Amino acid sequence: MIEVRNLCKSFGDRHILDKMSVTIRDGELFSVIGPSGMGKSTFIKCLIRLIAPDSGEIIVDGEDIASTSDEFRLARIRRKFGYLFQEGALFDSMNVFENVSFGLKYLTDIPKSEYPKIVREKLALVGLKGVENLKPAELSGGMKKRVALARSIAVEPKYILYDEPTTGLDPVMTGMVRDMITDMRDKIGVTSVVVTHDLKLALNISSRVAMMSGGRFVECSAPDSFRTSPNPVVQEFMRISGLE
Amino acid sequence: MKNIVGRIGKNFLDFSGALGSAFLMFKSVLFWAFRSKPELSETARQSVKIGVDSFVVTALTSFFTGMVLALQMGQTTRNLFNEPLYVGTIVSFALVKELGPVLTSIVVAGRAGAVVTAEIGTMKVTEQIDALYTLGTNPSRYLLVPRFAAFLLTLPVLTIFADFIGIAGGCLVGSSQLSIPAAMYFDDVLTYLSFKDVMHGYVKTYFFAFMIAMVSCYKGMNTKGGAEGVGKSTTEAVVLSMVLVLVLDYFVSSMLVAVGL
Repeated sequence: MIEVRNLCKSFGDRHILDKMSVTIRDGELFSVIGPSGMGKSTFIKCLIRLIAPDSGEIIVDGEDIASTSDEFRLARIRRKFGYLFQEGALFDSMNVFENVSFGLKYLTDIPKSEYPKIVREKLALVGLKGVENLKPAELSGGMKKRVALARSIAVEPKYILYDEPTTGLDPVMTGMVRDMITDMRDKIGVTSVVVTHDLKLALNISSRVAMMSGGRFVECSAPDSFRTSPNPVVQEFMRISGLE
Repeated sequence: MKNIVGRIGKNFLDFSGALGSAFLMFKSVLFWAFRSKPELSETARQSVKIGVDSFVVTALTSFFTGMVLALQMGQTTRNLFNEPLYVGTIVSFALVKELGPVLTSIVVAGRAGAVVTAEIGTMKVTEQIDALYTLGTNPSRYLLVPRFAAFLLTLPVLTIFADFIGIAGGCLVGSSQLSIPAAMYFDDVLTYLSFKDVMHGYVKTYFFAFMIAMVSCYKGMNTKGGAEGVGKSTTEAVVLSMVLVLVLDYFVSSMLVAVGL
């Protein structure tokens, strides 16, 4: 379980997160939506301490990741997370096999001889086969996302964080990524946090949807309740997204 | 007036901030250098990129520097004393104590420093550095420690090669254009050049290697703003490294002279 309490983050005099609080329960698929520039990515990056918050607590399974300065403890807590970056963030000096097996080397004690089997398994889970020797530059946008997801799940994380997973993808690829996210929950039972501005995607796949505005969550509910929320910010976003 | 003061104040604050961040980066490099298993394959890969791949260009630079030094000194002493005197001595002193370390460092800063900044900078703007954190690896451990080690390992070796090649270049000009027999040229070199002189140049290269590693890694890690940002960081890293090599050269030389080296 991830508990976020009074999280604050500013860049200069811009308050991006303002005493934000939320609890993400084990096994749920939690989506954060909102227009661009509202701090969604900042929020998700704070969860894994890629951005250090100014104040507040982020309790991951009882341990506060926000305040720890111990590098090894931080790495141990981060071990519970997989992170799918917007553009994949594959290491372009490495091939697909090296990318997917990278975390195994640093986060597990699994012998190297097991890596090919694990890499094949994880690539199969995201619907890829025979791409181990390709470099990221030789992959399409959708393939990059799938390889990046295979890399994230290779170490079997408890939580997966998705940063704008469908941005820049065509409708077919968007559908594929949507299926991939739900598959991860259904097949390996991970807790997922999806940051997106794609309201349709969020309402289709999530257990709960949270709307971000003014550095806080102004609405956080199950998709059905979200659709009927009287909150004007939610209503406006629904209208803009054509889902009114 | 208020604007000028404001700008000076802002630049001072920016400079202080940069110094602080550079210090924190160095602290992190030290921490991971001693607290983690060495990344031997990555260090070897970087040593090839930084050292081996720079060999030809540093060798050429040094060879022609040795040649031109011999030519100029030979002509000057011939004009003054009717024959070229101490050409081997002057070429070897100039190369071993100053030009070898400085020119090699400038070439390495321009070639390998640029590569390091551009590579790390690209990783930064494409979130690959963040990806390292999420995969349980501190970028200092995986990216910076091997690069620091590669600079510190290869620059002194490149300089020693450059010294030899430069002296050989001087010998070529001495024997072909100044009628100085090779034996006499090398006698001039070996009679006056001491182990202390060699060490003077050699020790300096460690300071230069450290400084080039600091600047190129720092600029790479602090790159912002996509492809344009990578280009800007790379240019800044190369210019700053080259200027700092020359500035540092004076201060380190003074210090080494003061301690009797």
